[in-house]
Amino acid sequence: MSQVHVTTKINGDTTEYLCDAEETLLDVLRDRLQMTGSKEGCGTGDCGACTVIMDGRPVCSCLVLGAEAEGRSVETIEGMAKGEELHPLQRHFLNGAALQCGICTPGILVAAKALLAQNANPTETEIRYWLAGNLCRCTGYDKIIRAVQSAAAEMRGESHAA
Amino acid sequence: MPLDRDPADRDYKVVGHRHNRPDGIDKVTGRAKFGADMAAPGLLHGKILRSPHAHARIKSIDVSKALALEGVKAIVTAADFPDNPAVLEDGELTNIRYNVMAREKALYDGHAVAAVAASNPRIAAKALKLIEVDYEVLPHVVDVELAMKDDAPILHDHIRTEGVEDAPDRPTNIAERIELGYGDVEAGFAEADVVIERQFRTGAAHQGYIEPHACLANISGDGSGDLWCCTQGQFMVRDVCAQLNGMDVSKLRVTPSEIGGGFGGKTTVFIEPVAVALSRKAGKPVKIVMNRGEVFRATGPTASSAIWVKMGCKKDGTITAAQAEFKYQGGAFPGSPVSMGAMTAFACYQPKTLKAIGWDVVTNRPKQAAYRAPGAPMAAFAVESIVEELAHTIGMDPVDFRLKNAATSGSKSSYGPTYSDIGLVETLEAVKAHPNYAIKLGPNQGRGVASGFWFNFGGQTAVTLNLNIDGTVALSVGTPDIGGSRASMCAMAAEELGIPYHHVQTIIADTGSLGFNDVTDGSRVTFASGLATIEAARNAVKVLCQRAAKIWGIPADAVTWENGCAVPAGPNAGEFPPMTIKELAKQAGATGGPIAGHFEVSADGAGPSFATHLVDAEVDRETGRITILRYLIVQDAGKAVSPAYVEGQMQGGAVQGIGWALNEEYIYNDKGVMENPGFLDYRVPVASDLPMIDTQIVEVPNPGHPYGVRGVGETSIVPPLGAVANAVAAAVGARPEELPMSPPRLLKLMKEQAQPLAAE
Repeated sequence: MSQVHVTTKINGDTTEYLCDAEETLLDVLRDRLQMTGSKEGCGTGDCGACTVIMDGRPVCSCLVLGAEAEGRSVETIEGMAKGEELHPLQRHFLNGAALQCGICTPGILVAAKALLAQNANPTETEIRYWLAGNLCRCTGYDKIIRAVQSAAAEMRGESHAA
Repeated sequence: MPLDRDPADRDYKVVGHRHNRPDGIDKVTGRAKFGADMAAPGLLHGKILRSPHAHARIKSIDVSKALALEGVKAIVTAADFPDNPAVLEDGELTNIRYNVMAREKALYDGHAVAAVAASNPRIAAKALKLIEVDYEVLPHVVDVELAMKDDAPILHDHIRTEGVEDAPDRPTNIAERIELGYGDVEAGFAEADVVIERQFRTGAAHQGYIEPHACLANISGDGSGDLWCCTQGQFMVRDVCAQLNGMDVSKLRVTPSEIGGGFGGKTTVFIEPVAVALSRKAGKPVKIVMNRGEVFRATGPTASSAIWVKMGCKKDGTITAAQAEFKYQGGAFPGSPVSMGAMTAFACYQPKTLKAIGWDVVTNRPKQAAYRAPGAPMAAFAVESIVEELAHTIGMDPVDFRLKNAATSGSKSSYGPTYSDIGLVETLEAVKAHPNYAIKLGPNQGRGVASGFWFNFGGQTAVTLNLNIDGTVALSVGTPDIGGSRASMCAMAAEELGIPYHHVQTIIADTGSLGFNDVTDGSRVTFASGLATIEAARNAVKVLCQRAAKIWGIPADAVTWENGCAVPAGPNAGEFPPMTIKELAKQAGATGGPIAGHFEVSADGAGPSFATHLVDAEVDRETGRITILRYLIVQDAGKAVSPAYVEGQMQGGAVQGIGWALNEEYIYNDKGVMENPGFLDYRVPVASDLPMIDTQIVEVPNPGHPYGVRGVGETSIVPPLGAVANAVAAAVGARPEELPMSPPRLLKLMKEQAQPLAAE
């Protein structure tokens, strides 16, 4: 069976690849493009470790086919920092000890970025429900929620960098 | 290694302060390399065929059609793992060999039967479907009490019950009986004013690490090779994989990846020996990555249990007798953590008399693996439930009741040894003084307390510290970092050397670069690798002082180390300005060569850890849903080297315990097949299930560590099951005896037993 040719935008760069028709976007990112920052924790859309932003919406890349990225715009964890400068969420996660093993961290950061893009001042409850699709087994979520809150405050200009 | 004399007075410059973890930047940017993130030129992809039956004789396996599929490069079955003496003379190694690849029988749903390596994962998956296995399905048993019956289906013909005199000489599923205790419990119960007994059950919970097992093996034509994998112990992986494959241990080098959670579940091997066998057979690198279903069906959850507890106390609260029987099934092979359950059960208290019996039972479930304080949480659930009930029955505050009976520094533990300095009383007093303890509760709300204990462990440890040319330090440890331990190692090395935290870089060494280390388990790393790091640094300081002495032309013992500099020990030593570590590093080549310190030890003196948890829960009487309103953890860390990561350990363990208490369990159908092998149906706590988790660190220095450090990783999962159950019992007026307290179970409990509680 011949492969599908896809042209898409990943972290702002036009990217082309060939993939099998049944191959997921996550597999394309990891195995074909060597962008292994997105993780597979379940492959069934339950854990959120593979979260990427597609045309502005957070999606589980394990539930998207590589072929479906044609003509779309995809943002992954690899595109979150600008050179040496971390995104405020990344910085607050680091400073706030909001990660332990780190396997869920890329997905949570990407999902949180999508949240703050549409709600600059989410309540604790809103953050908890938004991130309910991103499992973390290490932290008990406490420090993750606090890091999102403090990053959001900084991005609103309410506090200095952590 | 004894406690330094004045740890409490010591002015720590690095230890105890908050630093960003050295692995953090890679983890927030996606650069960190986990088990599945490695690739190699010419890589093949391995997949494993698994038994769809809970118990079946494997009559034959025909791989010919699969081998004929284009792109398939190798297939292995049990026949590819040789009968070498090192394996056959070691019972546990023999069990592991059987577990990683089924031999005459498949012993559980998901048991590996064959494995394929192919040029891509999709071809490997197709090939699995072409393997023909002829099974004879056998009767199965997954329940611990049913497995103990005389007429139960038998898993292994060779098992006889150990620890029982005059056991009948016929096969059984009861692998071992253990007993511990002291005094005459009958006399103890006779002395009691109140006696309460109950029968409890707990489900099998999985560690639930988000990273599935993954590895990449690359074995050369000469039989030597490399293995990259996510593991809690690269040396264990090396030794087991080499022996199962009949290789010299020296021929296999194992490099641990970043590890995406372990919690004990990655202290053994599953796919790693299979990848080595496939790579050797194919002559190419082979990567195997489990999917989530495989993680649930074929790796180790902890034991499910049936526990009977009976305790008696006097009106003044004194516990006069404690008796218990623990039945733990550990899956298809002996080795459930029942002895640790029995030993930890009453370790928080000093009952006047004690008798505990434990049974280790095999069933047609996956071989259990360690899970954070293995065996302790379910035992604590049962005991803490009875303790709370005794307190209420005699009208005593539950914290006061625990204080009345608490194990103290210098008291004899219920499992034998005498405690050194311990901090249980301090945790109880802190809970009592905490504002959460005074918050007024509303209708359908309840408050629960529970304490917990874990032994902690030391173990074999080797550390090497090398000074770089610019005075910075490269520290190699052999214990994978699953909770922020690299940050703690950097802090302890920096503290000893008197240099900034960020001047130390800690790596987790591969098996070719460092001496043997036991796996990361038993909350041992910050204690044992920390202790070895401190001693390695002190050894390096000795060398640094010798080099300064040589430069200055004075005796080595006339030089001491202060604030990162060599200085003359006193006025008689001579007048020399302090020589910095950087200056000494620069001159190392001219003064005797590279400067290093190393330390190897079988560390003891780990120092037990205690915690007390306080939880408020609310019950929805219509749906049976339980909401955790607030949660407080108070735990003794001895000395918190990295306070933020200590808090993280406490919070993470507590939330795993909440999941075990409320939702998590293996569910089997009548064919012995797991019905919920995915995160949708095996429901771990999500962010919206929880409140913030309050923490308070208590520091009672451990006399067995120079800084007083004691492990903190495991104790935090011990109290939550009991604490949550006690809160629910208070909310509904009936005592949960079975975990998890899923909505159907709670609705049933309320319907059958609950007294409507008058809201205050």
